[in-house]
Amino acid sequence: MYVESSKGKIRRLWDFHGGLHLPDNKRQSLQTDLTSATMPARLILPLRQHIGEPAIPLVKPGDRVLKGEKIADNTAPVCAPIHAPTSGIIKGIEAHSIPHPSGLNGPAIVLEVDGKDEWADLPAPINDFQNVDKSLLLQRIREAGIVGLGGATFPAAIKLNPGKAIRTLIINGAECEPFITCDDLLMQGAPDRILNGVRILQHILGAEECLIGIEDNKPDAISTLRSHLTDDEPIEVVRIPTLYPSGGEKQLIRILTGQEVPSGGFPAQLGVICHNVATTAAIADAVLEGRPLISRLVTLTGEGIANPCNMEVPLGITAADLIEQAGGYTGKSSQLIVGGPMMGFNLSTDQVPITKGSNCLLAPSEEEVPTTGSALACIRCGRCAEVCPVNLLPQQMYWFSRAKELEKVQDYNLFDCIECGCCSHVCPSHIPLVHYFRFAKTESWAKEKELQAADHAKKRHDFRIARLERLDAERKARLRKKKEDLGKKKPVKPAAKGEDAKKAAIEAAMKRAATKKAAQQSPPKNTDNLTPAQQKQVDAVDKHRAETTADQE
Amino acid sequence: MLIAILTITGLATAFGLLLGYANIRFHVEGDPVTDQIEALLPQTQCGQCGFAGCRPYAEAIAGGESEINLCPPGGEATMIALSDLLGRDPVPLSEETAEEKPKAIALIKEQECIGCTLCLQACPVDAIIGAAKQMHVVIASECTGCERCLPPCPVDCIVMEPISQESGGWRWPFPDSEHPEIVSAPPQ
Ligand code: SF4
Ligand code: SF4
Ligand code: SF4
Ligand code: SF4
Repeated sequence: MYVESSKGKIRRLWDFHGGLHLPDNKRQSLQTDLTSATMPARLILPLRQHIGEPAIPLVKPGDRVLKGEKIADNTAPVCAPIHAPTSGIIKGIEAHSIPHPSGLNGPAIVLEVDGKDEWADLPAPINDFQNVDKSLLLQRIREAGIVGLGGATFPAAIKLNPGKAIRTLIINGAECEPFITCDDLLMQGAPDRILNGVRILQHILGAEECLIGIEDNKPDAISTLRSHLTDDEPIEVVRIPTLYPSGGEKQLIRILTGQEVPSGGFPAQLGVICHNVATTAAIADAVLEGRPLISRLVTLTGEGIANPCNMEVPLGITAADLIEQAGGYTGKSSQLIVGGPMMGFNLSTDQVPITKGSNCLLAPSEEEVPTTGSALACIRCGRCAEVCPVNLLPQQMYWFSRAKELEKVQDYNLFDCIECGCCSHVCPSHIPLVHYFRFAKTESWAKEKELQAADHAKKRHDFRIARLERLDAERKARLRKKKEDLGKKKPVKPAAKGEDAKKAAIEAAMKRAATKKAAQQSPPKNTDNLTPAQQKQVDAVDKHRAETTADQE
Repeated sequence: MLIAILTITGLATAFGLLLGYANIRFHVEGDPVTDQIEALLPQTQCGQCGFAGCRPYAEAIAGGESEINLCPPGGEATMIALSDLLGRDPVPLSEETAEEKPKAIALIKEQECIGCTLCLQACPVDAIIGAAKQMHVVIASECTGCERCLPPCPVDCIVMEPISQESGGWRWPFPDSEHPEIVSAPPQ
């Protein structure tokens, strides 16, 4: 397939295996303009909002922090710092419900908002980024806490340092999940931020070309971005066909370049790097304004929410506060999903905060996103394999996941599954295939960890045994030596002499003790020439001492 | 005839010597089957199998003196793995062995520890540090949860603390599946 890209250039597109045409349901949340959420009284900032090590708080309860101040970080290689979205007082660092499929709590910093919205001193803008060292820009992006905002939440600075020559920079504006529109609105509303971010990324990576891939159901976004491009730039806005999941990293690379990322490999191996449009805009803010990542765009949609819309929200605002600001619930929905209907997960409470990776809150009616009924037996229709964009065999993977034969599932390339949900969506037996694959993945990781732990324990156990044996050998050697020494010394040192020496030693010790006692009992030196009053006091004390000693006895 | 006999005898002696040398030269330390069995055991060294540790149990299995279903920390998964390795029939676990305990690690109650060093001597992986008359501490990252330090403590100051479930190490649960389906042969 060929399409016209930016400069009247014709560009070839490729297609990937499978995929689904889904009703896009994007209209609902595009009816109203982008607004900003009002700041709530309290923000909850989980310490793990990114892939990698959780951040460690740099503040303690009672501290006052300013907007944009770094409040948590970690020196671990894979981590992103967290900043205060507004000024206020740290109320505590406690376990709080977080947006996570487990529904378990996670550690979070609770910030009591003071309403002043007072900025901290931000790092100076780097306007002249073309002449600035890359490491400085990467450092700025890291310090701004920027992670993949499309939902992957991998720290952006690390992805921008691939250690390989990059030819093509791909900017992901596909937004292929139904219902979600926040990237669309960002592209329409802030094309300059995105394009500046693209220029910064191109400079950092030294990429020759940049392709911005946008699905053709977003014509306004495409035309806005195109109209903001200057003629001589190597940046093209490419209109791609709407087909879920074209926004998957590997799928988008395939569509735009025809290249397949090898199983278990990374795009950088092919000289390609892919970033989301929202991440790109955040990078522009960090470099050109010194602004850390403290807010993001979120889509609120579904028939269960009164006024579907998009909002710019401070990180840490709870889903409940946000839905309240969107007119509250309509009661037409029984579920609340973070992310889209295909890849998102259900929340058990709306008290969870919005984090860096939350792009959408969806409260769909039963018609919009049916809750899956109970599963039936697999009829081996093969439809799951037809739609899988990675060309896997979900039916076989399901079989072995169910039997908990983890090695066999892995032989079927379980870890290449992008959890897109296409297979579950088409399965006529309503088998929750992705759920099985997620189970198999986390179980495999846990097994791997257990094996490592066992190996470690064995090493320590072996070491202990070796140590005990060594100590035993040493003790025996010492004993043997002592015996030998004794045998040698006997004729030289008769027992009688030894006894004499002992006696002498005892006598000497007794003498020493006697002298010491005498010294203690010798009268104090400063008792001559006392005044009568002093003498009286001394007598009184002596008498008292004699009495107490007698008492004690 | 004589030449033939001598030749054959000579050859036999030469090969015999060669084999004898090869046996000494390429001697393999330890028993590979025992090593393979040991690699499947959880290395908790808890002794709940009735042997002094994982290695002795592995040796007993390799020698055919013991069943493959005696390791409680390993549970059913280990039993199946052993049966796969050895080609023996799977043996169901006894109720006691099959009971799954939540993962826990030892914790010494600081105020009560009298510094007797008995637990320290019992720990198979050196996870306890301390000295005579000093308070002892368990290094959480090294403790395998084998509970071997519990019985020797004269003041009962060691407790097993379940590891708190955090979202970090969380695993997706096995999907509820009430649908009628028998897992038999995998599809081709
Ligand atoms: S969820 Fe995995 S197996 Fe299913 S279609 Fe998507 S990539 Fe393929
Ligand atoms: S789509 Fe469902 S029923 Fe059909 S083969 Fe796949 S798992 Fe089986
Ligand atoms: S029961 Fe304990 S000692 Fe025995 S094999 Fe299992 S982990 Fe090792
Ligand atoms: S501290 Fe106790 S429970 Fe932990 S490994 Fe040592 S002996 Fe076992």
